[in-house]
Amino acid sequence: MLSGVKETKRDKAFLVCNYIYVFLAFAIVFYPLVYMISASISDPKFVGSGEMWLWPKGITFEGYKRVFENSNIWNGYANTILYTAVGTAINLVVTLPAAYALSRRDFVGRNFFMGMFMVTMFFGGGLVPTYLLVKQLGMINTMWAIVIPSAASIWNIIVSRTFFQSSIPKELQEAAQIDGCTNMRLFVKIILPLSMPIIAVMALFYGVGNWNSYFSALIYLNDSAKYPLQLVLRQILVLQEMAAQGGGAIDASTAAAMNSKAEIAALVKYAVIIVATVPVIVIYPFLQRYFVQGVMIGSVKG
Amino acid sequence: MQDTKTAIPLGAVPKRKTSGKGVWKRIVQNWELYIFIAPAFLYFLIFSYGPMYGIQIAFKNFIPTKGITGSPWVGFDHFIRFFHSYYFWDLLWNTLSISLYELAVGFPIPIILALAFNEVRNGFFKKLAQTVTYAPHFISVVVMAGMIISFLSPSTGIVVHVIEGLGLQAPDFLTDPRWFKTMYVLSGVWQSAGWGTIIYLAALSGVDPGLHEAAIIDGASRFQRIRHINIPTLIPTMTILLILNMGSLLGVGFEKILLLQNPLNMSSSDVISTFVYRSGLVDAQYSFSTAIGLFNSVINCVLLIVVNQIVRRTSENSLW
Repeated sequence: MLSGVKETKRDKAFLVCNYIYVFLAFAIVFYPLVYMISASISDPKFVGSGEMWLWPKGITFEGYKRVFENSNIWNGYANTILYTAVGTAINLVVTLPAAYALSRRDFVGRNFFMGMFMVTMFFGGGLVPTYLLVKQLGMINTMWAIVIPSAASIWNIIVSRTFFQSSIPKELQEAAQIDGCTNMRLFVKIILPLSMPIIAVMALFYGVGNWNSYFSALIYLNDSAKYPLQLVLRQILVLQEMAAQGGGAIDASTAAAMNSKAEIAALVKYAVIIVATVPVIVIYPFLQRYFVQGVMIGSVKG
Repeated sequence: MQDTKTAIPLGAVPKRKTSGKGVWKRIVQNWELYIFIAPAFLYFLIFSYGPMYGIQIAFKNFIPTKGITGSPWVGFDHFIRFFHSYYFWDLLWNTLSISLYELAVGFPIPIILALAFNEVRNGFFKKLAQTVTYAPHFISVVVMAGMIISFLSPSTGIVVHVIEGLGLQAPDFLTDPRWFKTMYVLSGVWQSAGWGTIIYLAALSGVDPGLHEAAIIDGASRFQRIRHINIPTLIPTMTILLILNMGSLLGVGFEKILLLQNPLNMSSSDVISTFVYRSGLVDAQYSFSTAIGLFNSVINCVLLIVVNQIVRRTSENSLW
């Protein structure tokens, strides 16, 4: 920060410790990520025995082959893309106009609406009443049960509102209004084009949330053809493992057979983790700036 | 974006006096804004306030054929049954201990990490370290659970291999109740500590460089500057986040717990929210489950208000 100032010995020692600390944090987070990628393309024998610990060993693409042959995974993928696209579109249509209205000082009732929305941050009806409501609306086992009950998040509305308040000059709105521009035209033609950063942030926040969610699908969907990817993953990653652990005493030959089956299953697991996470992880470094921006808009006053 | 000294109270709206006759004019003039807010209004009305109406079944014996209004009242029966059940104290203890454990470990780490990041010179390494530590935030909870299960698997998990490589006996992480909470908390730290630094780094970027310059001239060491300049800068943000955390002490993130739960570790992994899910949606005890859920949200709400009140008395950084 301040070059030219001579660092004392203690400062230097402190800096070195600091770098070691940051490097350790980096390594602890990085290692499992690398391990998973390596494990997904290594011979399961080496992965299972612990011989593969960082770089791939005995490279094989068997895991990916099995993943790509699995129609459940493809079906889940297609469903997830559909739910994410429709869900995120709904999220944006609900969030952005509402946030804009709330950002306007001449909007009579903004405190009422804000208060009404904020209450839901701290108090809700709970799991069963929400479930009964969704059921009563006839949404059970349809896509709507996934996308409608999570149509907006108050946190994202606040973030967008803060953006509109702090980043769009008031003079622009006033000038447009004096020229007789309606609010609708103002919003569509002037505000939205100026708000690309926040639209990107919101699309990303909601999009990742929709992509990763499993719980609403777990409670509202009962037809497995409609399952999103995360629910298919749950079957592969969690339920099978639990079942495998539950097995009691078994004789040696069954154990060996199960062992090789378990190795293949482990390989498929790593491959499926990579396949499911790749879309998000691949786009993330390019869009990191926007994600970070979103968190900062929400947390601090400009 | 640069001047980041104060965290705003959530949803704070600057007040402005409105004169009586102007109001109607402004409503008519801005009629379109009501269309803008209508979808969000309807959404919260139906999907947040709608279920609140349904809470009344906590005090009723809900019979699906009779509907919410038609079911007979039973008063506090479900609550009494819950408080007297043998699992009540276990559930409460598990929920509270996981939350407090998570708070004790998960709250300070992002702060320390942010302070450390802040001392690293801008450049490739800082960028890499930040990009990588943020990344796990985007991993879904299902994949996270899958990773935990694979890494800790007693036969093939790498963690188990490492421990055995050191000549120690590896515990059954996945099935031993004593390890559940640690597994839950540490995996959570792995996933979210990096992302959690962003909010603190934003606050740190707002520190006036003049303060540091003055401190350097006065002979303050790096550590002293962190201690007396950077940490005080973070206190408002820390306070707000701490209050919000206290408000969800009983709302421990159950999506992950649900995935990591198994019959063998149930004694330490069963929390109120997973119990609500099981009794309500798996066993279809709608009223009983709603009562427990209501108990949970009321405690959360009370905790939030109490903590906020305490903070408001002692500092200026309360939520409202």
